Amino acid sequence: MRFGGLTAVRSVDFTVNSGEIVGLIGPNGAGKTTFFNCLTGLYVPTEGTVSYKGTVLPPKPHLVTKAGIARTFQNIRLFANMTVLENVLVGRHTRTKEGLWSALLRGPGFKKAEKASEERAMELLEFIGLAHKRDHLARNLPYGEQRKLEIARALASEPGLLLLDEPTAGMNPQETRATEELVFAIRDKGIAVLVIEHDMRFIFNLCDRVAVLVQGEKLVEGTSDVVQADERVVAAYLGEPFEATPEDTQPATEAESTTSTKGEAQ
Amino acid sequence: MTETTETPKTPAAAPAEQRGLIPLPLAAARALLLVGGIATTASTFLPWTWTSDFPGDLTVNGYPGGLQILTLVAGLITVLFALASYGVRGLGWLLPARNNAPLVLTALSGFAVTWYTVLTIAGELGGIVNWEPGTYIAAVASLLPVIGALALPQDATDTTKEALKAYIAKPDRIPAPQATAPWIQRLAITIIAALALTVFAYGIDAEDELFIGFLIVVVFTSWALHSAGLFDRFSHLTATNRSFALAMGFVAAIAFPFTQTNDHYANLGVNILIFGTVALGLNIVVGLAGLLDLGYVAFLGVGAYTAALVSGSEFSKFSGVQFPFWAAALTGAAASLVFGVLIGAPTLRLRGDYLAIVTLGFGEIFRIAVNNMDGVSGPDITNGPNGIPSIPDLSFFGFNFGDSHDIAGFTIGRFANYYLLMVLIMALVITIYRRASDSRIGRSWIAIREDETAATAMGINGFRVKLIAFALGATLAGLAGTVSAHVTYSVVPNPYQFAGAAPPNSAFLLAAVVLGGMGTVSGPFLGAALLYLLPEKLVALQDKSLLAFGIALILLMRFRPEGIIPNRRRQLEFHETGQLDVPETTTLTDEPAITKAGA
Ligand SMILES: Nc1ncnc2c1ncn2[C@@H]1O[C@H](COP(=O)(O)OP(=O)(O)OP(=O)(O)O)[C@@H](O)[C@H]1O
Ligand SMILES: [Mg+2]
Repeated sequence: MRFGGLTAVRSVDFTVNSGEIVGLIGPNGAGKTTFFNCLTGLYVPTEGTVSYKGTVLPPKPHLVTKAGIARTFQNIRLFANMTVLENVLVGRHTRTKEGLWSALLRGPGFKKAEKASEERAMELLEFIGLAHKRDHLARNLPYGEQRKLEIARALASEPGLLLLDEPTAGMNPQETRATEELVFAIRDKGIAVLVIEHDMRFIFNLCDRVAVLVQGEKLVEGTSDVVQADERVVAAYLGEPFEATPEDTQPATEAESTTSTKGEAQ
Repeated sequence: MTETTETPKTPAAAPAEQRGLIPLPLAAARALLLVGGIATTASTFLPWTWTSDFPGDLTVNGYPGGLQILTLVAGLITVLFALASYGVRGLGWLLPARNNAPLVLTALSGFAVTWYTVLTIAGELGGIVNWEPGTYIAAVASLLPVIGALALPQDATDTTKEALKAYIAKPDRIPAPQATAPWIQRLAITIIAALALTVFAYGIDAEDELFIGFLIVVVFTSWALHSAGLFDRFSHLTATNRSFALAMGFVAAIAFPFTQTNDHYANLGVNILIFGTVALGLNIVVGLAGLLDLGYVAFLGVGAYTAALVSGSEFSKFSGVQFPFWAAALTGAAASLVFGVLIGAPTLRLRGDYLAIVTLGFGEIFRIAVNNMDGVSGPDITNGPNGIPSIPDLSFFGFNFGDSHDIAGFTIGRFANYYLLMVLIMALVITIYRRASDSRIGRSWIAIREDETAATAMGINGFRVKLIAFALGATLAGLAGTVSAHVTYSVVPNPYQFAGAAPPNSAFLLAAVVLGGMGTVSGPFLGAALLYLLPEKLVALQDKSLLAFGIALILLMRFRPEGIIPNRRRQLEFHETGQLDVPETTTLTDEPAITKAGA
């Protein structure tokens, strides 16, 4: 992915398997969020493809969500003036199909679908523990609950792969612990999770596998122990100059950005 | 010589020190309110001038006329609130928060309308010699409640300005209403609907001075009711009795032509309804989906022209064809739909300001194209600037809309017929608006408005749902346009412009939505009623109406950016009051139900 002369993500080949929790770490500006944006179609990668369950995804956000990849944002992007319940209902958009006509005619099918959607949304709110605030406006929630609500909204689209961008940013230790539990619970539902985080303890507790992104390139990928032991990771975080010879990158220097994620959920 | 002595600001002394702006004991203040109110009311039974040259005939002893009636009403309202402040049983609901503001504002209402009358008598008849003793009594009597109100004790403030501000402030918290039986709630809604109809019918008949007096009383009284928290209570009431309130609104709207003896006022009514219905359609596009459309009036034009072309008018290109109304309405709506999609498809890929500019361009293209399709500069379809005149009246099953009909002793004239037809179309449009907004598609519109990127990342096909909003709005405008073509007998290109001195045009439609309250049902109708009636009634303003209108908009955006009837979301967006963060109802969208009769 290039922005003018800046190559934000380069030759990252990356796979998430079903039921896995994978961490994505790297110093500020490494291109982690940009990588997410490429995956979800918010940015059209200059080169490379994203495939999910064996099919290549078009770079259109709504089609990516429909295919089964949902995400949260680093800077919370809830629908601030909608209620908690409405936010989650919007998340169900791709899993419902009542159009304008059925809304205007209000047949039995419409009522059933609305009811089912609401029930499903309430289940999710109960799951994350916000059911008692269903009619509050999202903007009035405390910060930690807003993050949770964003996760519930993403889960409402029934994804096979959930992308979390710094889900514990700005949280206190207890809230971080609770989020950890939440991510495990999400995995237990059979959803693969790819999580960006700067909190190393959080990442190493949680993840089956961790990838390190530095200056847009993947430096190391492996289990927590492997990554923790790797001194280049420490060097990168401490700001040592990084010689671009990572073993994992593809030799073709022309291939600027190959982002390929396979989330083979279920 | 300037010694800088440290004078520590004395902290607001004894807590909750209460005093009035005018130093009077509480008992005296209240007595002034009550006595002044009664005296004001009584003074309207005296003659205020000797000649019946002054409109409304204020010369009759024992019988208030014209502007005196307004003073009478304002005086009575002052008395009611004064009694409520005494804690008279059965009137407590008038002052739920027991604050001073309603008393001050009702007193001001009486004062303002009385002094306006007194001064206009002197001004129009040439000097104060035209005053009668009754005039002096009224002037003094109406001043008393103001003095009394300003003497009411309130928490001490530092400056006079703050003290004055505190006198008209609405309290942060209005106590929750006591539980009342459902039949009482319904009775209250019925009475309010009847009152609203009476006020609207009176206002639409009022001319010149009388209309200004009417405005004075309505503005101050509404403000008083607002500051008392009664509007909040009312919207709570309608929210709990939603269908009943809607039904009463429609009954009141239907009853309106029966209150009128002159068909001219039904003409105003039908134009307001057309204007309001189109504004409600625009509210889908602007208020729900957040798309700033500056060329919306073109869709009204498409509907009107389509209806005119198939109306059987001899000046129509297809003069042989005469569709029945239902077919014409469907054709008009369909033509607008097609135009909506054609214009929306390329433009909706743009966001924000770019979209606004491009829609503005398309709106103007419509008018210019219609102007030129006269067979000289373009194909001969629309007759160019001459338009299509002599559109025949509608006729349903032998019921000719052009004739007067007698129904139960009431004469229903031509415009009243169309008015009733428009009420039906309004009901349809309101139903469509409410159902669409409270559904999956409505939620996706709001989500797009709130954060388009997040919405698409949640799986919403932004372009598609925006196009649906755009096309639905266009269709509804087209539908209203088909009626408007028949009401006005002819269609010409000129009204379908971006901005003009009289509604409907795109700027006025947008203003009606913003003024009334974006994202609500009743807001656009209230906005339309105001924007249509004010230039129509205030003839003196005619050539400066755009200027006045601009000033009014600036003031509104400064003091009440969410519009007169706020949507809960909007209100929170602009004011962090915190009082609304705990929800009362569980509905997804919460427009207060339609309240104004015929508006
Ligand atoms: N839309 C854009 N246009 C231009 N440059 C961009 C854009 N988005 C990101 N960048 C650049 O790409 C680089 C990677 O940014 P990115 O936000 O992906 O970092 P990150 O790893 O998420 O950092 P952080 O940990 O601070 O969130 C940065 O240098 C950033 O300035
Ligand atoms: Mg980031």
